[in-house]
Amino acid sequence: MLKLDRCVIENGSFTLSADIEIETGANVAIIGPSGAGKSTLLETIAGFRDLKKGQILWDGARISNLLPGQRPLAMLFQDGNLFPHLTAAQNVALGLRPNGRLTTDEEAQVLSALDRVALPGFGDRRPAELSGGQQSRVALARVLVQHRALLLLDEPFAALGPALKAEMLDLVAGLVAETDTTFLMVSHDPQDARRIAGQTVLVADEVVHAPAQTETLFDNPPPSLRAYLGS
Amino acid sequence: MAERAQPISAWPGIGAAALVAALILGTLAAVALRAETSGGFSPADWAALRFTLTQAILSALFSVALAVPVARALARRRFPGRRALIALLGAPFILPVIVAILGLLQVFGRSGWISDVLGVFGLPPIRIYGLHGVVLAHVFFNLPLATRLVLQAWQEIPAERFRLAAQLGCNGMAMFRLIELPMLKRTLPGVIAVIFAICLTSFAVALTLGGGPRATTIELAIYQAFTYDFDLGRAALLSALQLALTAAAALAALRFSRGDGFGTGLDRALQRWDGGAPALDAFWIAAAAAFLLLPLASVVISGLAGVFDMPALVFRAALTSVFVAAASTLILLVLALPMATAVASGRHGLVELSGILGLAASPLVIGTGLFILIRPVVNPTMLALPVTALVNAAMALPFALRILVPAAKDITARHGRLALSLNMGKWTYFRRVLVPRMRPQIGFAAGLGAALSMGDLGVIALFADPQIATLPLQIYRLMGAYQMQAAAGGALLLLLLSMGAFWLLDRGGRWHAEA
Amino acid sequence: MKHLLIAAGILSATSAIAADKPQLTVYTYDSFVSDWGPGPQVKEAFEAVCECELNLVGVEDGAALLSRIRLEGENSDADVVLGLDTNLITAAKETGLFAPNPVSAEFALPIEWSDDTFTPYDWGYFAFVHNADATAPANFRELADSDTKIIIQDPRSSTPGLGLLMWVKAAYGDEAPEIWAGLADNIVTVTKGWSEAYGLFLEGESDMVLSYTTSPAYHLIAEEDASKAAAAFDEGNYLQVEVAAKLAGTDQPELANKFLNFMVTDAFQQIIPTTNWMYPAVTPADGLPEGFDTLTVPAKSLLFSPDEAAAVRDQALAEWQNALSQ
Repeated sequence: MLKLDRCVIENGSFTLSADIEIETGANVAIIGPSGAGKSTLLETIAGFRDLKKGQILWDGARISNLLPGQRPLAMLFQDGNLFPHLTAAQNVALGLRPNGRLTTDEEAQVLSALDRVALPGFGDRRPAELSGGQQSRVALARVLVQHRALLLLDEPFAALGPALKAEMLDLVAGLVAETDTTFLMVSHDPQDARRIAGQTVLVADEVVHAPAQTETLFDNPPPSLRAYLGS
Repeated sequence: MAERAQPISAWPGIGAAALVAALILGTLAAVALRAETSGGFSPADWAALRFTLTQAILSALFSVALAVPVARALARRRFPGRRALIALLGAPFILPVIVAILGLLQVFGRSGWISDVLGVFGLPPIRIYGLHGVVLAHVFFNLPLATRLVLQAWQEIPAERFRLAAQLGCNGMAMFRLIELPMLKRTLPGVIAVIFAICLTSFAVALTLGGGPRATTIELAIYQAFTYDFDLGRAALLSALQLALTAAAALAALRFSRGDGFGTGLDRALQRWDGGAPALDAFWIAAAAAFLLLPLASVVISGLAGVFDMPALVFRAALTSVFVAAASTLILLVLALPMATAVASGRHGLVELSGILGLAASPLVIGTGLFILIRPVVNPTMLALPVTALVNAAMALPFALRILVPAAKDITARHGRLALSLNMGKWTYFRRVLVPRMRPQIGFAAGLGAALSMGDLGVIALFADPQIATLPLQIYRLMGAYQMQAAAGGALLLLLLSMGAFWLLDRGGRWHAEA
Repeated sequence: MKHLLIAAGILSATSAIAADKPQLTVYTYDSFVSDWGPGPQVKEAFEAVCECELNLVGVEDGAALLSRIRLEGENSDADVVLGLDTNLITAAKETGLFAPNPVSAEFALPIEWSDDTFTPYDWGYFAFVHNADATAPANFRELADSDTKIIIQDPRSSTPGLGLLMWVKAAYGDEAPEIWAGLADNIVTVTKGWSEAYGLFLEGESDMVLSYTTSPAYHLIAEEDASKAAAAFDEGNYLQVEVAAKLAGTDQPELANKFLNFMVTDAFQQIIPTTNWMYPAVTPADGLPEGFDTLTVPAKSLLFSPDEAAAVRDQALAEWQNALSQ
C-alpha cells in the first residue's frame, strides 16, 4: 500500500496537499486541470522533489527519505526515457544493473523483455533508429526488468497517436496485471482512465483527492472535475 | 525550490578546482614569500595597467564582434572543405608567439604583402605598429577561438528549435532574435571574458606590434620586476593584480551568462531552414579565411624553404613535444571533466572561477613559484617535462571548461532524472552517460589542449635542461643562433603537429558521435 | 604520463652514469647551451681534461641568469655562472654570492680588464646591422635626422636593448633624452628580445637592426652571404664584455677554478667565434676564423665601468621610456 501521509508539496507559487492511500495492485489514473500539480505529485513520489511536510510510506515503511533510485518504483517521464547513445538492449539492461555488466542470465532477461514488448531483434538499434512507439516499448521493457512494485507514468505516450497510445496502454495494463504492480498514471484523457484504471485520483484546487472508482467518478463528477471535463 | 538530488557528485570537481587554485595561488604565494623587498606599484606600472586594460578590452570586443557573423555564416552554410577550414582557422591560436608575429608581419608589416600591393599603386606602406596593431594581432590570435566557441554554441541549439521557428515562418532577423540572440547572450560574456584574460597576459605581441614602450603591459612589468630589478615582491603584486582583473572579468561573465539552457533536443543532424543571405555569409567566411590564413600561408611558405635546413635535433624536440602534449592533454581532461561536471551539477561558481585563473596566471610567476617550491625537494631540471605538461594543462583548462561546461549542463538536465530513477551510481553515470554523450566536446577540448601544449613555450625555459627541449624551445634556440630558416622549418613542423593533434582528437571525438 | 617519465628517465640517465665523477655545474644563458651554441663543444673539450662531468644549465638570458642565482641564493646548485655582462656585474657583486677567483690571461679586449671575481670569455661591439648595399648613417644624430628605420630591443627584457641604452648614455650623457626623442620616429618597433628583432629585420621590416658587429660574420661564414654589414658610429660603439665567475657557495672550488682557467685557453676560446658569434676574450694561437677580418671595427669603443653602468641604469631607462612614450 502506498500512503501519502499528510504530505504538503511546494512548487514555486503553489502548494499541494495530499493525504491518501492507494491499495497494492491498484491501477490509478491521476487526472486534473493543467497546472494543478499532477506531474509534481508523481515527481514527489519518485523522489525528484522534497516534501515540505509529511511522509510517504510503502507497505508501512517510509520511503520519502530515500534517493530516487532507492525507492521501490519505476517511472517513465514525458520524454527522455532512453539514453540516445545506448542501444535498446543497453537501455533495457540499465534497469537490471545500472552500474555493471550483465550475467548471461540477465542478458536473457533483457532479450525476453524486448520480446514481450514485441521488439524481438531490435536490441542493437539506437533510439534514433526507432519510431516513437518503439522507443516507448523499449522504455517499458526496461520497466519490466526493473521488477518494481510501483510504476509511475507521467504521460510517456502523450506524443503517440490515439491508436498507438491505446495499444501502449493495453500493453502496460497487461504487463502490470501479470506482475501485480501498483500503477499510477497521469492522464488528460478520461478515456485512458476508463480504459485501464480502476481508480482515479483527482488533483484540483491544491488538493490531491482520495482515489475513487473511475466509473463512479466520471458518471457523477464533483464540481471541480466537471469544470475540467467541461460537461 | 528544494535542493535536488544530483546524479553525480561535485566533490571530485571541487577537488580538482582546489588543486588548480593551489597551483596558481600557491606559486604566487611562493614568489611573494621569497621576496626580499616588498615592492609597491610605480607610476610606470599604472601606465602599464591602463594600456593593458585598454588593449585587452578592445581586443576581446573586436574578436567577439567579428566572430559572431563568421560563426553564424559557418553554422548555416555547408560547403566542401568546411570542416578543414574550421580546423585551419584554429591554427593562429596555437602557433608560438614569435612565429605568429613573423607571419602576421609578413602580411601586414611595412614590407608585407599588403604594403607591397599598395606600393604597386604608389601608396605608402600601411602602419601596423600601434594600439591598432596590438588589437589586430590579438584578433588574429583569438578570432579563431571565439569563432569556434560561438560556433559550438550555435550547433548546440537543438535542431527542433530551428524547425519550430521555420515552421512559424521566421525569417533571418526574427530567427536571430528568437533563438540566436538568447544563445549569444548566454555564450558571449564567457567568450569575452576568456579573450580579455588571454590578452591581459600578452607581452611580446603587445610590445612588438605596439611599437615601443607605450605598449608596456603588466606581463612585461612582471618580467621586468623579475629579471631587470629582481623585485619579487613587485612581480607577485603585479601578478595578483592580473589575477584579480581576470577574476573580476570571469565573475562578471558568469553573472551575465547565467540562464536556462536550451533544454532537450533529439540527436538529429543540424539542419536549418532560415535561408539568410548567402552572399553575406560568403563574405564573412572569405574575409575571415583570408585574414587568418594569409599569415599562416606565409608561415608555411617560409617554412618550406627551411624544411631541409632542419637539423635532426628538431625532430627529437618534436617527439618530446608530442609526449608533453599527450601528458598535458591527459592532465587537462583529468582536471577538466570533474570540474565541468561539478559546475553542471549546481552553482559552483568558484570551480569555474578557479578554472579561468589559469589564463591570467603569469607563466613566469607559475614557473618561478614552482621552481621555488620544487627545488628543496628535487632538482627542478629533472621535472622539466612533467612541470611543463602540468602548467600547459592549467593554461588550457579555461578553454576546456568553456567547451565542456555547457555540454555537461545540458546532459545533466536531459538525463539526470532518468539516471537517478535507475539508481545509477555516480561513477557509472560519469562513465556511461556523461563521457559518451560529451565525446564531441571532449575531443574538441582535448584537441585544443594538445595543440596549445604543443605550441606553447610554457615554463620549460625556466627549467631547461640542455638535453631536453620541446619544439617551441628549439625554434627559439634556432632563432637565437641566427638560423631563421631552420627555425621557420621548425615552425612549419610545429604547425603541422599541432594541427594534426587537434584534428585527430577533435575528429576522434566526433567519430560515430553524430549517429 | 608513464611514457613521459620513462623518456625523462632515459634522458637523465646519461648524467646518472657518470655519477662517480666530480660534477661541475655551470649556469649560463640558453643560447650558449643550445646545440648551435658553444655548449656541446665546450662540454666535450673540458671533460677531456678535467676528469669530471660538466653540467651546463641554460637560463633564458644574462639578466634572467642573475635572477636565477639570486633566487637560489647561497645554496645554489651552480658552481660557476657564465654569461653576465658588465651591466650586471655590480648587481651580481652586491649579492655577495660570487667569490673572487683571479684568472690571468692575455686579454684581447679593447679595454683594460682588472676584476678579481669576473673573468671575460668573449666580447663584441653593439652595432646596427644593415644590408651591405645601403649607406648607413655615421652616428646617432645622423640616424635621427634620416628616414632610416630601425628595430631595437627593449632594455627591460633584453641584453642588447640595455646595451643600446648604455651606448647612447655613454656617448651623449645628459643629451641622451634629446637623442632618443630624435630617434623616436626612426624606431619601427621595440621587441622583447634579440631574435624577434633580428627576424623582423631579415623580413624587411626595417633598414637596420640593433645587433653586433660580429653578426655579418655569421651570414658570411655559415651562409656564405656577404650581404649584411654593421655600421661603425663615429661617437664610438658600445662594448659588451661577457664574463664568468665562481660562486662562493660552490662545493667544487678547485674544479670551478680549473674551469675558469680553462675558459681563457685556446681549447675554449677557439670555439667561441663561430658558435657564439662574438670575439674571443683571448685570441687563439690560430687567430680568428676567416671572415672575421672583414668585419667592421669601430674606431672608438665605449663602455661604462660596472659601477657607472649600475649608477646610470635607472635614470637612462626613465629617459628612454619618456622619450619613446610621447
